[in-house]
Amino acid sequence: MNFDLSDEQKMLGEQARSLLADMSSFDRLRTLIDSGAEWDEPLWRALADMGFLGAAIPEEHGGLGLGALDLGVIMEALGAANAAVPFMSSIILGAEAIRLAGSEAQKAAWLPKLASGEAVATFAYTEGPGPVFATGASLAGGRLSGSKSPVADAGIADIAVVLVAGGSFALVELDQPGVTRTKLDSFDQLRPHYRLDFAGAVAEAMLGAGKLDRLIDHAAVLAAFEAVGASEACLRMARDYAMERQMFGRPLAGYQAIKHKLADVAVATELARSNAYYGGWAAESSPDDLPAAAAAARLSGIKCFELAARENLQVHGGIGYTFEANCHFYYRRERMLAVHLGNRGFWADRLLDAQRGSQAKAA
Amino acid sequence: MDFNDSSEEAAFRSQARDWLAAHAPAHELTPGEKISDTEEADRGRAWMRALYEGGWSGLTFPKALGGRGLSGAEAVIFAEEEGKYHLPKGPFTSIGTGMALPVIAKHGTDAQRARFIEATLKGDLTWCQLFSEPAAGSDLAALRTKAVRADDGSGDWIVNGQKVWSSWAHLTDWGILVVRTDPTLPKHKGLTFFVVDMKTPGIETRPIRQISGASEFNETFLTDVRIPDANRIGAEGEGWACCMTVLMGERLGSGAHRSGIGPLLDYAAATPDGHGGTMLDDRAVRQQLAEALAEEQGERFFQARLRTMVSKGENPGALAGMVKLAYAGRYQKTNGLALELRGLAGIAPEAGDTATGDVQYDYIYSTVMRIAGGADEVLRNQIAERVLGMPGEVRMDKDVPFETLKG
Repeated sequence: MNFDLSDEQKMLGEQARSLLADMSSFDRLRTLIDSGAEWDEPLWRALADMGFLGAAIPEEHGGLGLGALDLGVIMEALGAANAAVPFMSSIILGAEAIRLAGSEAQKAAWLPKLASGEAVATFAYTEGPGPVFATGASLAGGRLSGSKSPVADAGIADIAVVLVAGGSFALVELDQPGVTRTKLDSFDQLRPHYRLDFAGAVAEAMLGAGKLDRLIDHAAVLAAFEAVGASEACLRMARDYAMERQMFGRPLAGYQAIKHKLADVAVATELARSNAYYGGWAAESSPDDLPAAAAAARLSGIKCFELAARENLQVHGGIGYTFEANCHFYYRRERMLAVHLGNRGFWADRLLDAQRGSQAKAA
Repeated sequence: MDFNDSSEEAAFRSQARDWLAAHAPAHELTPGEKISDTEEADRGRAWMRALYEGGWSGLTFPKALGGRGLSGAEAVIFAEEEGKYHLPKGPFTSIGTGMALPVIAKHGTDAQRARFIEATLKGDLTWCQLFSEPAAGSDLAALRTKAVRADDGSGDWIVNGQKVWSSWAHLTDWGILVVRTDPTLPKHKGLTFFVVDMKTPGIETRPIRQISGASEFNETFLTDVRIPDANRIGAEGEGWACCMTVLMGERLGSGAHRSGIGPLLDYAAATPDGHGGTMLDDRAVRQQLAEALAEEQGERFFQARLRTMVSKGENPGALAGMVKLAYAGRYQKTNGLALELRGLAGIAPEAGDTATGDVQYDYIYSTVMRIAGGADEVLRNQIAERVLGMPGEVRMDKDVPFETLKG
């Protein structure tokens, strides 16, 4: 057993952190919000130039052909920076859906563009309150109809992979008359969401219905890496503030009420990180274990980031409620990450189903 | 990253498995069988002897001291395989190998090593721990049991005081004992460490009637107990350093679990919900058990990370405390939840409902897990201070003579 990231993976994470430290400061995030920006486009270009966008895209399609753990360290860094880029939408979901379920022609047409950042994809799966993965939209005779909402990053996306009736996917270019994009008011100000209405839009069927489980299990692991990175950032921010801030003649960090709170955040974060590692390893090397591993990673990722985002703001006290302090970026993003790709109830069911299934198999 | 055994690890596991398959079944306890504490301890000694004869004792102990000098990773593999059998193991075996031997090995003399190490590995000597006192638990260095030199010039020590929570003290041969030998020094500096034959006159152990109904813990009263100076471990005043060696063993060892979420899922699935389904269909129950299961899996993989750190020569330090902190709280919470699933039938089960009896026992015993081997609050302080680098607690008693403190 060697249950640690490789030196190359650690270096990849270091490169990502370093790039984000240069380009995605909190002041930069404030500027993006104030200017109503859809995304941090220069950062996206830089991520493309560094090869991060194509990290897990096959080499034959212009990527580096790396695996889930490599994507994981990138996601962890993006989560820590609260970066305003559509990496989850375009790479983890869009590109992966095309890799899993696209025809050879679709892969050849889109994967190189997604790897280079020339095109952006998103994954449209939900249709308002109700089932997370809804299939009211339908594809018939190359025409897509129905609605998807909310869809992350759909304002800047060139294409969407759309979950349609029968549980299969359709590939649709968004810049066409049959598609209406309506911007919604997003609680996460750095992750715009849209309503997409399809009125007989030209779309292509994709291969292999039944790829949804694999797609979202893989994405759940990477969402856990993102949550772990964000939790760790909140934990450090809270600790640093508490070390600096004097209260009743000594550092705030010296009080047990604060120490114990942050110790609990640290424990939750390390347990979630451990589940994320195992999920990444299972995605690469032990696919039968992926469903349970992904659900456990997703649940513990939600849990640690929820605790970290709340307690970070709490430790900051009143200053945490100001736009000038940085707690709010995480406080808002946490709620978005807690519900995208299914909330904790959805993943609790998947974990128990996987666990009971494997228990039954073992018996 | 590779979660699986390396080829060397797999070979070691297969050897361990083969040996255990040949030897463990004869030593297994029958689930549900009621045997006396005396018999359980005796069967524990027999299993220790079998391990010793098979070459599976003292796996991580240096070869020069009679161990096998293996890595922590191999010890974990053996423990995983051994854990598949229901063997007579308990404090009566683990205090000797996990606490007494490390402290004797590190702080003892050659004569003490020769006298105690092999005998303990063989199961000939079993041990109890005489550390905590009624007024010294998490703050162990506040202990008041004192030892003074006998006035007959023999160099012997005369010990008086009271110890508590000494597991199996009534059935073990020797004890590891920490006492105050100089009350004029600050609290951590005036302590000295001994080993003591539990048959020495003046030692009286009284079982504690516990909230579980069992009595595996004792109070131990020491009245004019005479201990030869040859049984002092380390120098006078070195007692605290010896305790730290012992407690490191305790913290690393407390990850061993007796029960997990799997049996509670079975328990919920075996409990009707009154609407034709089971309590495992209940939304709230599913949610809580799934979250606990996710945490349990995370803890398992976290331990794998710690093992990897150890195998690379890194010291996990206070990170290791996260395992017990997470486990103990979850153990209490989930068994508390399980006790709600059958309504009053969980409080007063029909005869034969042994599953509910197990849940009840675990809920009671979970309180021990949150206190012993580093209480939740102590572990949180350690994590905050040593992992997160936050300030230590304000201490009023650090640099003042112990005898001037209020007690």
